[in-house]
Amino acid sequence: MSLVFAGVCSHAPGITGRAHMADPAVMREFHDAYRGMAAELAAARPDVLIVIAAEHFANFFMNNMPAFAVGMAHSYQGPIEDPQWIGIPRTQIPGNAALSQRLIRDMMQTVDLSYAEEWKFDHGIMVPLSFLTPRYDLPVIPMNINCQGPPLAPLHRAWALGEALRRAADLAPERIAVVGTGGISHWPATPDSGKINEPWDREFLRRWEANDKPALLSYSDEDTLSEAGQGGFEIRTFISVAAAARGRGRVQHYRPIPIFAVGCTVATMDIGY
Amino acid sequence: MSLYQVQKFLYDMNRDPGMQQKFRADLPGLLAAYDLDAEERAAIENRDIGLIYVLGANGQLLMHYAAFLGMPWADYIAAMRAGVSRHGPVRAGVYSMTTGLDERVADV
Repeated sequence: MSLVFAGVCSHAPGITGRAHMADPAVMREFHDAYRGMAAELAAARPDVLIVIAAEHFANFFMNNMPAFAVGMAHSYQGPIEDPQWIGIPRTQIPGNAALSQRLIRDMMQTVDLSYAEEWKFDHGIMVPLSFLTPRYDLPVIPMNINCQGPPLAPLHRAWALGEALRRAADLAPERIAVVGTGGISHWPATPDSGKINEPWDREFLRRWEANDKPALLSYSDEDTLSEAGQGGFEIRTFISVAAAARGRGRVQHYRPIPIFAVGCTVATMDIGY
Repeated sequence: MSLYQVQKFLYDMNRDPGMQQKFRADLPGLLAAYDLDAEERAAIENRDIGLIYVLGANGQLLMHYAAFLGMPWADYIAAMRAGVSRHGPVRAGVYSMTTGLDERVADV
């Protein structure tokens, strides 16, 4: 059946954990957009949700860091963070191990992957799920792109990962949704938290909406670090989604919300053929 | 200088409830498993978030660790600024501070 839904969204832990510190009207507009994405996702009637995430050392560390990893478990747990701090209770999230195995096997035709039968979700997955599947009843398959511990996979490999996912999804009978999560420019978890380069973000989103592959892949990590912060490395997740979806994107919401540390984004992409 | 070991400690702490229990019961015993120098060991024993930040620990590891310690967000941000003020710029990694010591980004 292949892909039935594609989108990208922000995952900063402040979105849920520091909701009480934000301007209520600004926060409501963003949360409403997130819930709108949830409604679109539900309307696509997916059998499974693949979350392309950029985790923050919840499972993978520099002792053995995979560039790309895919979950292959029957179920997952999250959040790994203190539940009160992140504002999300600990829970179990169902997986689909059989589908994971098929996707991994097919993706391995072109991309080298790690797989994991244990995976604890951090805010990178839990914040999106808390809006998109708040009852945690839709099976999830996590994918991870290392955006934390350099050296990082080049952007063209993140594109190749998305292409591989699409080829694998096209072979599966299931209805598959894919969501990429990450910040665009941001300097999280530092005293700079709240610094956001809005023009950089808007230009990146313009390229993403147009699914302009050369333009999306033209960033260097050096420039991204200086102009968009270490959080900007997470553009890899958006790039993978664009490669998988092959369509045009639509940004439903973008607004810098400094207390959430990021330009808060909700966007969907048509599935191209 | 064993920043890798500091970060390994933070990584283990953040994901292992057993370690978190031992942290409260016997921190020196817990730290014996990590090859830390005196400054690093003291930073962890003193719960000195500012110094761990300056040593170059990845910000995400540190943020989750500060949450485990129960630090409110504003205190966490202030502790990192105080660390830079006391110990100088971040010594390693990509989580260095690019704003001024007296800047209150996001009003925090």
